[in-house]
Amino acid sequence: MKQFWKSMLRSPSGVVGLVILLLAIAIAVFGPMLFPNSPWRMVQRPFLPPFTLGTVPLGTDALGRDVFAGMIFGARVSLLVGLVSTLVALVVGIPIGAMAGYFGGRVDDALMRFTEFFQTIPSFALAIVLVAILQPSIYSIVASIAVVSWPPVARLVRGEVLSLRTREYVQAAIVTGQSNSWIILREILPNALSPVIVLASLMVATAILLESSLAFLGLGDPNLISWGYMVGAGRTVIRQAWWITVFPGVAILISVLGLNLIGEGLNDALNPRLSREGR
Amino acid sequence: MLSFVAQRVLKGVIVLLAIVVLNFFLIRLAPGDPAVVMAGEAGASDQVFVKQLREKFGLDKPLPEQLFIYVKGVVSLDLGFSFRQQAPVAKLIGERLPATLLLTLTAFAISLMLGILFGTFAARFAGTFLDTAITVFALIFYAMPIFWVALMGILLFSVTMDWLPSFGYETVGANLTGLSHAVDVAKHLIMPAMTLGLFFMATYTRMTRASMLEVKRLDFVKTARAKGLSDAVIQRRHVLRNALLPVVTLAGVHSGTLIGGAVITETVFAWPGIGRLMYDALLQRDYNLLLGVFVICSAMVLIFNLITDLVYRLVDPRIEFAS
Repeated sequence: MKQFWKSMLRSPSGVVGLVILLLAIAIAVFGPMLFPNSPWRMVQRPFLPPFTLGTVPLGTDALGRDVFAGMIFGARVSLLVGLVSTLVALVVGIPIGAMAGYFGGRVDDALMRFTEFFQTIPSFALAIVLVAILQPSIYSIVASIAVVSWPPVARLVRGEVLSLRTREYVQAAIVTGQSNSWIILREILPNALSPVIVLASLMVATAILLESSLAFLGLGDPNLISWGYMVGAGRTVIRQAWWITVFPGVAILISVLGLNLIGEGLNDALNPRLSREGR
Repeated sequence: MLSFVAQRVLKGVIVLLAIVVLNFFLIRLAPGDPAVVMAGEAGASDQVFVKQLREKFGLDKPLPEQLFIYVKGVVSLDLGFSFRQQAPVAKLIGERLPATLLLTLTAFAISLMLGILFGTFAARFAGTFLDTAITVFALIFYAMPIFWVALMGILLFSVTMDWLPSFGYETVGANLTGLSHAVDVAKHLIMPAMTLGLFFMATYTRMTRASMLEVKRLDFVKTARAKGLSDAVIQRRHVLRNALLPVVTLAGVHSGTLIGGAVITETVFAWPGIGRLMYDALLQRDYNLLLGVFVICSAMVLIFNLITDLVYRLVDPRIEFAS
């Protein structure tokens, strides 16, 4: 573990990514407490340009709502959706991949055809259809992002398990009569985890992009302000008020960038062999 | 070669059928009784009309039979009727398909060419300032949401500089023909295609760079160098050709994302393709149209995957079709 942090902190992208993520989490958790303006309430005249008033530093939107407050509250939605939908995708993908890799044969065939099927369907189009049919809410958004993002997890875990199950220590566990689930959970999965962690960090980034795209198209949770929703709402008035679309977009860009950098850092830290050769 | 193609086509057809079945159940998941919804959309909701609709679309029949009717319809290219637009779904999609193909294929070509170019440069000058600059730009483009890139493009090139039109497929009411029409369309195409292409360009840049660096270290490159081949020949004939394989695979995997990106790009730029059609269907909760577009998008992805599979076989020096 100590070794892991050491190499993580030695990779510059990992450090930058970590700093960005911690900052984003801090804003999401504490920002709304420190910042009194509700993102839905009218606080000033509409179309107030940024940097003119200290109380509304990033200006107001077409309805006189505080853009800065929206960004602070939006961080919650983006991070929450990103993290939870990735967790759900892992909960679905890891067992499917583990079973396919461990049992092989027909089970593997069936599960992998199923996975390939979901991988073929255009993911964003499916997410749109699912959210539209289930009605936009934080639950339907998380569910549909999870539905379109679990297949790569399953494939990755399957590959890892396939190679691990022939190892001697796994064979030894089989010979000593351990149950299949015990072997998968205690012997194989812990050793297959590092590539999954790297993938997961990138999945959170993709999930944030997906959520913002859905919200941009008007498929966000109507009760929650999010960055994508803000950009979508500011789109029609972009000629009069550039700041309404520019700032929330920058927020998305920075968080996604941070998560991608963490992914790179994790990759360097967890697969040191690859990184040294790749550069 | 032929049996390979036949096998892939068969597999694609099976997947497409599965998607159609999934589609059928998704329609059933949509809120409300479809007949009542349709009647409401058609502007009449009395009992007799609803009953007629139910009979016409077989909604009074048991579910397996309904499924059969639906699949039969899709197979004969009948994707249902859009009451909002008062036209068959297949016709609406057919009208919009060329614009989407123009946009996605242009974006794909741009992203692939620029991505391979930048990736090759970065790998060639690995560790230098140029490499760092390309890598950082690729990372940033990779993290930008497409809808935001589109809006920033409009802000920069239409609002501020007034270089390019910000929406549509052609200048409305200009009635241009021949070459001047083509130029007009091209002008309208630049921004949407660049927007859509930028994300993928970043992906291909990263992939090409990583894969070039990896191939460079392999033994056959050393052999080529030992044979005294020039650096340019080694780069082009040995390294690039092998390094492109994962890029081709990635292009296939990303075809679905490309279609998804087209929905966003077409929405922002009012580009008259099926992505924009999907957005309109979404706004009006026109489920027949929405799911029709979904099926066609899936079919496009399948076809694209088939093509990349074939290209992979052609590019990969290790696979010979003759056997």
